[in-house]
Formats: sequence, structure tokens, C-alpha cells
Amino acid sequence: MRTAERTALVRDSALVWLASGVVGVSFGAIAVTGGLPVWVPVVMSLVVYAGSAQFSAVGVLLAGGGPVAASVTGLLLNTRTAAFSLAVADILGPGRVARLLGAHLVTDETVAFALAQPDPARRRAAFWVSGLGLFAVWNTGVLAGALAGDALGDTGTYGLDAAFPAVLVALVLPALRDSSAIRRSALLGAALALAVTPAVPAGVPVLVALAGLVLHGARRPV
Amino acid sequence: MSATVAMILALAVGTYAFRLVGPVLHGRVELPERVQELLGAAAVVLLVALLATGALTEGGGFAGWARPAGVLVGAVLAWRRAPFVVVVLGAAVATAVLRAAGVA
Repeated sequence: MRTAERTALVRDSALVWLASGVVGVSFGAIAVTGGLPVWVPVVMSLVVYAGSAQFSAVGVLLAGGGPVAASVTGLLLNTRTAAFSLAVADILGPGRVARLLGAHLVTDETVAFALAQPDPARRRAAFWVSGLGLFAVWNTGVLAGALAGDALGDTGTYGLDAAFPAVLVALVLPALRDSSAIRRSALLGAALALAVTPAVPAGVPVLVALAGLVLHGARRPV
Repeated sequence: MSATVAMILALAVGTYAFRLVGPVLHGRVELPERVQELLGAAAVVLLVALLATGALTEGGGFAGWARPAGVLVGAVLAWRRAPFVVVVLGAAVATAVLRAAGVA
């Protein structure tokens, strides 16, 4: 991998780190101002390490939903990481340590980053660069937010909630341009996910989207 | 507080188990080419569903106009092959400007 490519990779990842860092700060702040002790968001971010699931679990806790409902909600949201880990299994690296550590870094962001790269060497580099950076920045952000409380104010003002969907657009566009089968499946999947969103618990809509794969079509052997 | 510890532990162990599915199966089960192809497609389908629900919904309802409008600006920039930085900042800035102008 050339230096220029690696620089571009770090530059692109850094934007995602920045956005995640700010979200991390707000997660820490929300948890602590809601009445949880500082260690709860901090330890959770290190060992669970899944932004949306952490927000949901803490949301359920703070709303008085109880620990069982909180963990079930979080786990439901994270079932998709099983599908993601299958998709990136061959790019983590050959060693046992690489696989065990790499598994913990499987997130929406790192998978999208890795799969957007054109060849295996760059996919592996993208996974590890974006993954290790994201882990460091996310946990630092959560710690800072938990210690600072609600000093940050409303992050919506900065429009950062639009950043992650835009990151995904940029990263999946090449795959969508390449293959009409993937395009059809993704369109149907997204439509199904949006349709069921008001009616089902968080986490279920993206799983329902997998039904879009029926349009992927079976390639018949000649 | 022990209930909170149990909740964090259950969430951590369960999530890591989901994440291990791929690395554990890899190299032990030889997946047919068609299945591998579908797994790659499934990842893209999941990511597109995440982007659609993330852009349009919040807490099971509509997220308001500012966020989807910003994401649309990002999508147009990405379609025109603008650099990654421009796409992401374009979406965030567009959303922030709309909110500053009073669009929810």
C-alpha cells in the first residue's frame, strides 16, 4: 500500500472519528446527567462498544425500563453485527489474535469503510485503521462527556446527525453503481425497513431489510 | 447497582458473540461461492437500510426535514464524485444551516 493511499485512508477515517467522538461525548454526558455514575457509560463503551445499542440500553434504563429490557434492546440492535462479521471475516487477518481483537472492532463504520476498498490489502488496512482509531476516539469521547456532564449543549445544532448517513452514502455508492442485483436488493430492503420502523422495536427494521435479498436473483449454472 | 453490572455484562458478552460468528466460522466451514456473494450483498443491504432509517427516522417517527435534506446534499455530492470530506461536511453543514434557519 502506497503512502498516499494510507494518508487518504487516515484522512477519510478521521472525519468518521471526529463525528463519533462528538457522539461519544454526548453519550457520556446523557448517561451521567440522567443519573448514572461515571463508570457506567465508560465501562459500557469499552466492553460493549456499539454506539446505537449503548444509547438504547441507557435510554431504557433512564426511562425506568429495567436492566433486562435494556440488555434485550441493545442485543437486538447488535444482531446485525453477526451478519457484518461474516462479511468481513476474511479481511481481519490470518492469526487467532487478529480475529479475536478484530471481532470487537466490527461496527457499521469499519465494515462500510473496509468493503468500500477495491482490493484485499486495502480492505484489511481500512478495517484496522478505521477500527482502532474509532475505538480510541469513541472511548475518549465518552470519558470526556461523562466527566464534563452536559457542557456541550445540543449536538444537533452542528448537523452531526446527518454526517453518519452521509458517510454511508459515500461508502456504499460504488457497490450500488457496480451491481444492479445489489441495487434492487438494497432499494427493496430500505423500503421495507422504513415501512416497518413505526411498528417494531429499534433494531428490527434493518434486519427486515435483509428480505430485500430475494431480488438478488439466483445465478443459474450453465 | 449489581443489576446494571449484569446488564452491561450480558450486553457485552452477547454482542461479542455476534461479532465472533464470522471469524469463528471462517476457515472451518467452506462457504459456497453463491453464499459468499450473498453475504457481501447482505452487508450492503444492511448498510443502505441503516442509512435510510438513520436519515429519515428517529425514535420510530420522522426525523424532521433538516437531517434528510442534509443527507440528500451529501448524496448528490457523492453522486458527482466529490471527495469524501466534501460529502460528509456538506451534509452536516447543510443540516446545521437549515436548523439555524428554523427548519426542524
